[in-house]
Amino acid sequence: MLSKSSYLIFIISGVIGISFWIGFNVNLLPTEASINAPIYDELFKILFIIGLILFIGMSLLVVYSLFKFRKRKGQIGDGIALEGNLKLEIIWTVIPSIIVLVVGLYSYNIYDRMGGMNELNHDHSLMGNNSEKIWAGISQSNNNLGLIDTNIEVSAMQFAFLFNYPKGDFISGELHVPVNKEISVKMESKDVIHAFWIPEFRIKQDIIPGQPTVLNFTPTKVGKYPIICAELCGPYHGGMRASIIVEEQSDYEDWFNQNKKDELIA
Amino acid sequence: MTILIDKKNQVTEKIQPKGFLRYFSFSLDHKVIGIQYLVCGFLFYLVGGTLASAIRIELTSPMSDFMPRDVYNQVLTLHGTIMIFLWIVPVVNGAFGNYLIPFYVGARDMAFPRLNAVAFWLIPPSGLMLITSYFIDGAAQAGWTAYPPLSITTPQSGQIVWILSVLLLGGSSIFGGINFIATILKLRRPGLKLMQLPMYCWAMLGTSILVVLSTPVLAGTLILLSFDIVANTGFFNPVLGGNVVVYQHLFWFYSHPAVYIMVLPAFGLVSEILPIHCRKPLFGYKTMVFSIMGIVVLGLVVWAHHMFTSGTPPWMRLFFTIATAFIAVPTGIKFFNWVATMWGGKISINSAMLFSCGFIINFVFGGITGVALAQVPFDIHVHDTYFVVAHFHYIVYGGSVFVIFSSIYHWFPKVTGKLLDEKLGILHFALTFIGFNLCFAPQHWLGLNGMPRRVAEYDPQFQFVNQISSLGALFMAISTIPFLINIFLSVKNGKKAGDNPWGALTPEWLTSSPPPVENWKGEAPLVTEPYGYGIDTTDN
Repeated sequence: MLSKSSYLIFIISGVIGISFWIGFNVNLLPTEASINAPIYDELFKILFIIGLILFIGMSLLVVYSLFKFRKRKGQIGDGIALEGNLKLEIIWTVIPSIIVLVVGLYSYNIYDRMGGMNELNHDHSLMGNNSEKIWAGISQSNNNLGLIDTNIEVSAMQFAFLFNYPKGDFISGELHVPVNKEISVKMESKDVIHAFWIPEFRIKQDIIPGQPTVLNFTPTKVGKYPIICAELCGPYHGGMRASIIVEEQSDYEDWFNQNKKDELIA
Repeated sequence: MTILIDKKNQVTEKIQPKGFLRYFSFSLDHKVIGIQYLVCGFLFYLVGGTLASAIRIELTSPMSDFMPRDVYNQVLTLHGTIMIFLWIVPVVNGAFGNYLIPFYVGARDMAFPRLNAVAFWLIPPSGLMLITSYFIDGAAQAGWTAYPPLSITTPQSGQIVWILSVLLLGGSSIFGGINFIATILKLRRPGLKLMQLPMYCWAMLGTSILVVLSTPVLAGTLILLSFDIVANTGFFNPVLGGNVVVYQHLFWFYSHPAVYIMVLPAFGLVSEILPIHCRKPLFGYKTMVFSIMGIVVLGLVVWAHHMFTSGTPPWMRLFFTIATAFIAVPTGIKFFNWVATMWGGKISINSAMLFSCGFIINFVFGGITGVALAQVPFDIHVHDTYFVVAHFHYIVYGGSVFVIFSSIYHWFPKVTGKLLDEKLGILHFALTFIGFNLCFAPQHWLGLNGMPRRVAEYDPQFQFVNQISSLGALFMAISTIPFLINIFLSVKNGKKAGDNPWGALTPEWLTSSPPPVENWKGEAPLVTEPYGYGIDTTDN
């Protein structure tokens, strides 16, 4: 017969063990296809494990109490007259506070690594217009001017995305980008609020009428991924989708050269 | 002097119809008004639930094939608006607040009985107006958030009716809030101190403060939005130089506290139910009070976490992340205290207790996804997806609605003098709990993998999981059948409950069931230890 405290340690380590196992073995997320994705998935894994420990622990406590302290047949009278326990109450104020603070700081770190804390240039290269204030999405690099490989303008309207390649002076219905290059999209809406979401990249930014927004990202995996509008924008909102095609640099250049305006070739 | 008072009472009793009819009258009795709120709210819940079923039927297939796309948007807008403004808010506040608060403070009625009746009678017309707008020229279709410019550009009559009806419901809510604050602070029986009040009073005090502070902001915002629609002003219209993000700030300044307006009273109700069925004092009364007030303060400064993808500046995102995540601390305290209340008790396992335990488990799950959503980088991926839909329903359905059912099982004997059938009650709980989790747990995965919210059509790879979710919704729909049968059978031939079937110590049980018009035959009892279980086990 084990003592009470060794049972307790056994159960707690069991809950933690199971949570870690699930956290590391159950994948709830789609393919990782950008620099941001593995950083995001790291945060997800940590939050998932902490969440599982708390959820399984609390559920076990509730179910156990309900079973263990149920009123047996013929039993009368009350339970113990316990009105509180200052030490316990301090423990379950302080420990969650620490967890919340650590998680907050950690997610700040994740956000910084994703590029969220970088000040976006107010004069977006190519579209440079100093008077125009562009609101932050996520920016991978500190200095957009030198490092951005490809600039693309996105216009969203009910119910489509259009992609303008200013360098080639053409508009496409599909977003083609080279792999492993930093891409910057500047987004404007023609009518209502839309959103630009690529689940495989773990990024999203609202497209706001009257207020251009910017999103920078670096795809890491060749393939075709959906671009989804995530903000209710009217009856055909569910159908407002486009594709992003991530391809090798040479394939991208072929596609670009086929589409760009002829006079620019010379 | 006493003769004078008696005469006055006779006059009021003459004016007010008796029996079943009084529930259709402009009654000033807080108990009648409470039941009016509850029954009216439940009827709207059935409407909102029908709309939810329509949404789940549409989503069993990836194509938009069950109803036209614009009707789908009207359905989801009506579903959200009805469930929030006509079911949960009026029931957890108006219904239980009106019925219980005067008992708890030892008063014979609310502070302003006429204002109370007005607050209730604003609800049925505005609800009916909202629903009939669908049949006239189409209901609003910009979602319950009504973000401009969509709400400005969609068909205007439906949107204007929506604004008008939400304004009336907001007004009703403010009247109720003022009434509760006045009743709790000013109508307390002599000798009853604030720190001796049952926990639901504290929850209602906190909630009412939130209602009074934040609902006027929503009202102002919606009035500006209506100007944009009917008078062509440009407050939120970008074509005329307006700013759409300002609307979001103003809207969420109310609508985030609105979540606490829906769950804080539920926290209070659970704090009343658990000690009685566990036969133990409420654990940590003082920390419960402080955590309610902590949630009230923090709840007012977290609204921008709904706007992490709206182009808010980085420093603002960080502030709102930390503030939001910290709400988990006072909320967590309450959950630990409830489990500690159960610990070492003599728990009667009945429908009220099961629904309360279901609430704890569901809400812990919803709270954990809530802390995750508070983290900016996490939120950016799942914002506006089914992950948020799932999280929100874990809070308001798994939380508030489970508590509403728990409370109905708990206080039904008080209101009618009869017990509900336990077998049907447990069947109701099992169907609801299984159906609810089957419906909403898979939606987390949908959101993470690329299904946005508010869509009538989706990527075919999500069909199977959506069908599981719809199956859960079917369970939930079926679960109302045993509940309704139970209510109708028990009202007619339920087992006699006696005045105090649970052996409770809170003041509403220290009178007859159902209670007399003025709550107590004689003087109101002075209850300074509403949770004094276990202290003297022989005295019951």
